[in-house]
Amino acid sequence: MFRSLLFIPGNNPSMLQNADIFTSDAIIFDLEDAVSINEKDNARNLVETYLLTNKILPKHIVLRVNPVNTEFIDDDLDLLRNQKIDYLLLPKANTLSLFIMDKKLSHLEKKYGIQPIKIICLIEETKAVLEANELAGHHRVKGLLLGAEDLTSELGINRTLKGEEIQFARSQIIYAAMNHRIISIDTPYTDISNEEGLCYDAKHAAALGMKAKTAIHPNQLEIINQVFSPSQEMINWAKGVVKKSNETGRGVFQFQGKMIDKPVIDKANKIIETANKYGLL
Amino acid sequence: MKNGVGRHIPKELNPFVNSSDFLNHERRLIDKKKKQSKTVFLNSYKEAFDFCQIKDKDCLSFHHHLRNGDKVLQSVCEAVRNRGLKALHFAPSSIFPSYVGMIDLIKHNQITNIHTNYINGPVARMVSEGHLSGRLVMNTHGGRARAIESGDLKIDVAFLACPTVDKSGNGSGAIGPNACGTLGYAIPDLEYAKKVILVTDHLVDKLEDYQFDGEYVDGVLLVNSIGDAKGIVSGTTEITRDPVGLKIAKDCSVLIKELGLIKDGFSMQTGAGKTSLAVVNDVKQIMKKSSIHGSFASGGITKAYVDMLEECLFEHLYDVQCFDLDAVKSFAKNPNHHAMSSSKYGNPFEQDIIAESLDFVVLGATEIDLNFNVNVTTDSMGYLMGGSGGHSDIAKGADVTIIISPMVKSRIPMIKENVMTVTTPGEDVDIFITERGIAINPKRQDLIDKLKNSNIKIFTMEELLKKTYDMIGVPMSVKTSDQIIGHVVYRDGTVIDLLKKVHDDYIR
Repeated sequence: MFRSLLFIPGNNPSMLQNADIFTSDAIIFDLEDAVSINEKDNARNLVETYLLTNKILPKHIVLRVNPVNTEFIDDDLDLLRNQKIDYLLLPKANTLSLFIMDKKLSHLEKKYGIQPIKIICLIEETKAVLEANELAGHHRVKGLLLGAEDLTSELGINRTLKGEEIQFARSQIIYAAMNHRIISIDTPYTDISNEEGLCYDAKHAAALGMKAKTAIHPNQLEIINQVFSPSQEMINWAKGVVKKSNETGRGVFQFQGKMIDKPVIDKANKIIETANKYGLL
Repeated sequence: MKNGVGRHIPKELNPFVNSSDFLNHERRLIDKKKKQSKTVFLNSYKEAFDFCQIKDKDCLSFHHHLRNGDKVLQSVCEAVRNRGLKALHFAPSSIFPSYVGMIDLIKHNQITNIHTNYINGPVARMVSEGHLSGRLVMNTHGGRARAIESGDLKIDVAFLACPTVDKSGNGSGAIGPNACGTLGYAIPDLEYAKKVILVTDHLVDKLEDYQFDGEYVDGVLLVNSIGDAKGIVSGTTEITRDPVGLKIAKDCSVLIKELGLIKDGFSMQTGAGKTSLAVVNDVKQIMKKSSIHGSFASGGITKAYVDMLEECLFEHLYDVQCFDLDAVKSFAKNPNHHAMSSSKYGNPFEQDIIAESLDFVVLGATEIDLNFNVNVTTDSMGYLMGGSGGHSDIAKGADVTIIISPMVKSRIPMIKENVMTVTTPGEDVDIFITERGIAINPKRQDLIDKLKNSNIKIFTMEELLKKTYDMIGVPMSVKTSDQIIGHVVYRDGTVIDLLKKVHDDYIR
């Protein structure tokens, strides 16, 4: 689905104008945290105008709306009418806010005759971490995104480069997402000038099982895409496994001195599928 | 008649044919100046004017190595005003925003004609609005050297700011309170002007290394200050943080790599803007990763290139002007950091010029059109805001010429069906890179073939123009007046385009 998702503040016209050129797999137009209260209307209007007037739009569009219990939410949801938005990012997601959002969306879909809206849940509360599996099982939910800043703030702890403090949350999200075959998306790395730190953080998240990561600056995308794409070495290995499997027609065989069986062949096929999707073959 | 880029040029102006036409012509050289007597030391501009017997209609030349910090041209302007001279021809190698002393002189017909390679700021505005009673001639850096050596541009007196001068009249830019590094643009003036006055604020007994040979110097004028160091060092040392600029730079370095241009012994030149510095940085990373060592980098030199020289990534730097203090310091101490004259840089008739040894160059543009013609002279309304400098020289000389620019700048499209002013002919422009796609000149099928198996998507210029229109709509056409205010002269001396007064509707 994605390797990288780039946050763009809804009230930043120059970033909006260039949203399609960045190498992220999806753009998240942000109406929430990146936009101050007195800019909410401006941001909403700018995003709407951008979506309606631009002929070239990003590959996937995600809209981060304001929380369901705010005065802004109904106006934010009005933007879904233009049917240019692929996913709605639900902030402060938990079973209650998802229930309310589901009702609101069902009403909108009926009223305007639009396609069902898909949701990515932003897991940024301890309650949500514990409810991750339930949220992931909802029919609208296609992804879980970790929001570590709010989460660690609630926990009263500091973020660190090693990220041990969010290990449990990451794992909860990874396992819940995998259990329901949806995507797990990692929290952004906030030090935009530290490429080494970003690289470590992304590799660590990927090693745990995260499938994508958010970016808060376009300059972070190259590293994120690289980390969440299969390496050339992996692609070559996968090609070799699939080729030998096809040639021998056997379910079990040796390749490069190692035993290969069905789960390994499935893994190799997945790598090739992913590489193909991102134009790496 | 229509010239080689389709512009109507009066026959008497020697219209441009093509960028290789100079090969059909002989080099023309006037005699280098002969010094009449030993160097005279002068104490005031008045004395210098008396000594040179400057009169109405004379041509006075200057270099621009002190850029916005220059006080010499300003002081000469004041002397011209005080003496009430009329109809002078000014020939500074560039005109910067700080050269405001020229404004009153233009207003009162004390300056009536100008030769320069670059013009920006209030003087540019004034000329654009039709206040120069004669003509503005815009040369290239190499073309100016050619014009001077051939006698097309006859200089009566060259006032050359010089950071340090010795008692024999030799001059250096490497040291002194207002050191600016190399003095490459002034060498033709030094060698061919009828009279040469070095203006300095730092006199020493003897210089071991010098770029100005005292043999050509008639007078040395000692003043309190030739410049303001803050204005002299005007180059940027920061790589852009703008995501669009960084994307362009990244796409550019990937393309250069795919074309196999980064290899042992290669040479390059870029502009000194923030996006160009990002390209330099990306190239540097590729060189380090693959242990590649280049032969030289050239042009206006910045810290980025100095660092690469010091890290032995390049063997030599050929420097026509230093853009920052690091370049000035490097020039003073590093024997592999060489000065070059503007003639050695880009004069089409000079032997073995640096421009022709370049493997690739990365340049900017104000406009580019469907025929790859580039405008770096006027803005979207027709106001003068630049000029070729070395653009046309190195675009012709380098094996691969790359133009980088955002597709839209402040809502103004970069690609036009026809540029307002042709500075560099499209035949010398090979690749155009924007954040939204890359176009390759169809004349360079060899480059297109090299990229066939790469992941780089190539667009036609027409496709990029359509993308622009899809983004911002089709812009209204810009009106120009019929009044000719000057010419853009290609490096070989032919006229590539006419400069017209800005339309009255746009004068604000």
